Amino acid sequence: MYDKPRFLLAGDRGLLVEFGGAIDPEINRKVRQVFLALESSPIDGVVEVIPTYRSILIYYDPMKSDLSKLKREILDREKRLGELGIPPPETIEIPVCYGGDFGPDLEFVARHNKLTPQEVIKIHTAGTYLIYMIGFTPGFPFLGGLSERLFTPRRENPRQLVPAGSVGIANNQTGIYSIDSPGGWQLIGKTPIKIYNPKGTPPILLKAGNFLKFRGISREAFDEIAARN
Amino acid sequence: MRSQQETEMEIFEVLQPGAYTTIQDRGRFGYQQFGVPVCGRIDPFAYEVANALVGNLEGQAVLEATVLGPTLRVKVRGVVAVTGGDLTPVLNNMALPMWESVSIQPGDVIQFKGLRSGCRAYVSVAGGIDVPVVMGSRSTYVGGVIGGVDGRPLAAGDRLMKGPGGGEAGLRVPSDFIPTYPKQLEIRVILGPQDDYFHEGIETFLATTFRVSPKADRMGYRLEGGPIKHRDGVEKSIVSEPSVPGGVQVPADGQPIILLVEQTVGGYAKIATVISSDIGRVGQAKTGDRIRFRQVALEEAHGVLKMEEEKIQTIMDSIAR
Repeated sequence: MYDKPRFLLAGDRGLLVEFGGAIDPEINRKVRQVFLALESSPIDGVVEVIPTYRSILIYYDPMKSDLSKLKREILDREKRLGELGIPPPETIEIPVCYGGDFGPDLEFVARHNKLTPQEVIKIHTAGTYLIYMIGFTPGFPFLGGLSERLFTPRRENPRQLVPAGSVGIANNQTGIYSIDSPGGWQLIGKTPIKIYNPKGTPPILLKAGNFLKFRGISREAFDEIAARN
Repeated sequence: MRSQQETEMEIFEVLQPGAYTTIQDRGRFGYQQFGVPVCGRIDPFAYEVANALVGNLEGQAVLEATVLGPTLRVKVRGVVAVTGGDLTPVLNNMALPMWESVSIQPGDVIQFKGLRSGCRAYVSVAGGIDVPVVMGSRSTYVGGVIGGVDGRPLAAGDRLMKGPGGGEAGLRVPSDFIPTYPKQLEIRVILGPQDDYFHEGIETFLATTFRVSPKADRMGYRLEGGPIKHRDGVEKSIVSEPSVPGGVQVPADGQPIILLVEQTVGGYAKIATVISSDIGRVGQAKTGDRIRFRQVALEEAHGVLKMEEEKIQTIMDSIAR
């Protein structure tokens, strides 16, 4: 973590406030806190605020705000974090039906790591994952915290279509596909929960800075939850 | 009270969709933290003027046509305007004047006969193209399958509705304000956010005339030229972060990519960012066109932005008069 935030210009409407250089839970915690401070105590002329792994991207209206004033206001929020009453992060549980048609690569992930499929599920559901950032596709969580025992390279041949809700592993990352898309992750299961539902309120389920846990469910439970969603 | 027919009327039947025609407005704001890019029109100037000509003052949705425009059959009386790149619009096979509001009648056919200049044309209709608002916008976001018609480009057989609004034919943009779209562009940039990943690469970037490659779309424009060298010893990738429209990303091969409006996250260092007033000009470039970058200070970029906004206001005033 840097001693004080670095301000980087991202064009004439964007300001990147960087808190550190690495993927690190402490730096991301700071990102979440300052992001929530900027949400609860907004700055005039700021159009949109986006938390990332290690920085906050701020879009401002140059006709309504002055950059040096904007920087001062951000530092002010950062100094007053203690008094702003930032709520602690939440943990959301995502039910996953592992293996079978939903997780065609579960066996491969197990073999690659010299585990049984049951052990893969046990390790994957034991972890608590930090949602570092949302992006890539709408609602897709960049998660940290995958056990080294499950690290598995991407598939050599990406699939043409990976259904939304599929849970996969790629190298040191695990994640949930938010929309039907081509993809090369090793698929180990699927959740019946829609993490991206454009007509829903909210349309996106997960928030950066919170935590996520996976819970194993049966095929029957999957169908039941899917029918309700 | 307005009757159903007055508030929502079918304006166009899409006979041919063209190469890539989408419905766009000013964009979708407030959802970038959830991985939903802004989208919206690429060329704000052509978009705002198209709307102003037909009396749309609230960021109504328009058609953004790319290179080969669509063929549209008119279903009800209305007023349209075509601005932006010259894709040779015709109305019943007679030249349809651009940068001017034009009255249309049921049975009329609007067509585009081929690209003469620029890359993207905007077709506005009085009342705006009416499709459901998704997350605060009508803009098509193909990657997220939302906005426009079912989150995709137009297809033959689509029927487009318009919102309420009359409009007036015969309004023109003063000719001084009509932009030209040269094949050689100078695009202004502000260095950063990761210009410290480059040293002599910055000189290469500012001294090279780049060519727009065939890989140029609403997500980004891949350029050919350089290559731009990263500083010795630095990582070529960065921790993934949100893409800002206009960001010039330099992947390991040193061939830069100008990121546009449908990109969410990127993992390469960005040497510079195109100023917001020039993003529309990038979007009017097409494969084979040449781009050179010129560095400007932030204050200059803000000055240009202010002038651009005043220009649009002047045009609006002159149209309203």
